[in-house]
Amino acid sequence: MKHTVAVKVANEAGVLARIASLFSRRGFNIESLSVGQTEREDVSRITLVVCGNKKDLEQLEKQLNKQVIVYKVSNITNDPAVNRSMALIKVKANYSTRSEIIQIVDVFRGEIVDVANDSVMVEVTGDEGKINAMEELLDPYGIIELVRTGKIAMTRGKK
Amino acid sequence: MSEKISGAEMFVKSLEKEGVEVIFGYPGGTVLPIYDKLYDANFKHVLPHHEQGGIHAADGYARSTGRVGVTIATSGPGATNLVTGLATAYMDSVPLVAFTGQVPSHMLGTDAFQEADITGISMPITKHNYLVKDVKELPRIIKEAFHIAQTGRPGPVLVDIPKDMMVLEAEFSYPEKVDLRGYKPNYEGHPLQIKTAAQKINQAEKPVFYAGGGVIISNASQELRELAEKAKIPVTTTLTGLGSFDEHNELSLGMLGMHGSTEANMAISNADLIIAVGCRFDDRVTGKLEEFAPEAEIIHIDIDPAEVGKRVSIDVPIVGDVKSILQDLEEKVNAKKNNGWGKKIKEWQEMDCRQCEDVGEQGRLSPRPIIEEIDRLTSGDAYIVTEVGQHQMWAAQFFKYNRPRQFITSGGLGTMGYGFPASIGVQVGNEDEEVFLLAGEGSLQMNIQELATVAKNDLPVKIIIFNNHYLGMVRQWQEMFMDKRYSSTCMSKTIDCPPHCSSPGEDCPEMVPDFVKLAAAYGIKAEIITEPEEIKPALKRARAEEGPYLLDFQIEVEENVFPMVPPGGSLYEMILEEESQ
Repeated sequence: MKHTVAVKVANEAGVLARIASLFSRRGFNIESLSVGQTEREDVSRITLVVCGNKKDLEQLEKQLNKQVIVYKVSNITNDPAVNRSMALIKVKANYSTRSEIIQIVDVFRGEIVDVANDSVMVEVTGDEGKINAMEELLDPYGIIELVRTGKIAMTRGKK
Repeated sequence: MSEKISGAEMFVKSLEKEGVEVIFGYPGGTVLPIYDKLYDANFKHVLPHHEQGGIHAADGYARSTGRVGVTIATSGPGATNLVTGLATAYMDSVPLVAFTGQVPSHMLGTDAFQEADITGISMPITKHNYLVKDVKELPRIIKEAFHIAQTGRPGPVLVDIPKDMMVLEAEFSYPEKVDLRGYKPNYEGHPLQIKTAAQKINQAEKPVFYAGGGVIISNASQELRELAEKAKIPVTTTLTGLGSFDEHNELSLGMLGMHGSTEANMAISNADLIIAVGCRFDDRVTGKLEEFAPEAEIIHIDIDPAEVGKRVSIDVPIVGDVKSILQDLEEKVNAKKNNGWGKKIKEWQEMDCRQCEDVGEQGRLSPRPIIEEIDRLTSGDAYIVTEVGQHQMWAAQFFKYNRPRQFITSGGLGTMGYGFPASIGVQVGNEDEEVFLLAGEGSLQMNIQELATVAKNDLPVKIIIFNNHYLGMVRQWQEMFMDKRYSSTCMSKTIDCPPHCSSPGEDCPEMVPDFVKLAAAYGIKAEIITEPEEIKPALKRARAEEGPYLLDFQIEVEENVFPMVPPGGSLYEMILEEESQ
């Protein structure tokens, strides 16, 4: 099962190496990881998507908590949360297909961020399902290049 | 405004503030500024003859005294030579602070002379590590390093100091307190969990304590004894837990696990309640995990939450300091006159079949009488330090440990070459006590250079070699599981020997080195012992000598360690002796 884990860590050099080293030596399987600064300059937040059973996740959380540079670990998989990732997709587009592509992008509330003679670049933000759907719809036109960020997530309301 | 001082001076002052009494260190290019200040420092410096020797010595000092061991090495090879020592200390939760010199800050990352990324290398084998980037932060980092090393579940912390940080100056003030947002160990056990545990203990008919090194680290031996005696619960200990419970106590079952006693392994396998204290269900302890303690509920008490439920699912987890939790439990547990074990444990004890002969089949010495003689002559009070292998298991089985911190051994990592330098640290930390190093001829040679350290510091370590001319434990596995194919385990084998040889005998070449001559080269008195009647007089001569002494006991070549739970086997499937294979 896939889990989303939010980890607050010290914003200092070597932190990502520590976390990566921990995952590799304990054999945890990371699907995506994104990291960035938070509302506090000295704190970064890592959002992890990991695969594993309940026992694996418990070990992962405990091992993360053992790190001196880890401040807080929250498994937010089952919490109501906003989950977002972003993708940039370069799609083949010519005179005849361009407007169709633009329509699809509009429906997904994406944006065309670059237009060339034979291609367009699409930016789309959303949860995993939305981005997958977008990719599927654009695929028939010929995807030249695709890049996705890791997921970031935040629980709704007070929590 | 106070005067500015250099990072090297800060280093010395900070260590003084921490109450450090000795450091085990080896100088080099990038630690020159620190060594210049150490020349006049108020604490002792012991020079090992290899950085690995230094860190193991600091480890032995830490384990035997309960204080933080301190080691220092130069950058590059000096730092990488600490790696085995860090991993050894990390596995057995030993409080160490290792300082390494580093190339100057502006040269970091340029593959400078003697540059190695030791913080990167040591990340998985330290509790935490630091690279000093601003001399103003040095005192805080040292304070935090000592704090992290010795609190919670102890472990090694490495501080990497670029050379310019030792020379640059700043105002010095040593912080009084440590406030680490991400590090707040929990010491108090959860009251509800403790209550549940007490109920289980009161209801259990056949409970067993399984005590690990955490009992020693937490200084909880007295609490363990009081609780065990009150509720009449037998106690088995792990290898690193030896000494946490007096083995002369009638409730003692000795060590459990792969080479554990029959009574310990059978009690675990038949128990209805296991109270696991300060331990981590290591594979050498549990045997086949699915069949470990099949009928028992398990209470697990440990300060490290990550150990609880890591290998075995736990019925009653209690996270916190072993000492305070055992105290809390003692108040809630009913006193009992006896337990439901009846005569069972006695019966298992009588199955004990471990080598009692003075001489083996080949007419060479048997290891058991040697260890028992050391026990008798020292009234069981000596520090016993071991290397790793068969002799280590015999030392665990045949010496009766009576107090915590008495038995010093590399348990988790199983580091050959640990024991000899560790015995130096034990002797330095316990000047007036007797220290015996029990070693195999293989392990001893892994840090044999420390003979010089022992000789030059006149450390009265008694070096006892169990010399069977083989890497005995590996040979035992080859004998039992690999058709006696003694691949690369014979220590006498020379270029003139046949490539395959499974029959050591009289025609074998003499083993090198001649340990007596080697010791003589260092000015250390030594004897080779071949006759059983010589065991006692030789040990007496060794004890009477004020300085170090080496005894090379020629033991049975193909002697094995029994009982043995075969790898992957269940604890109740022990091989008891040679014939039963």
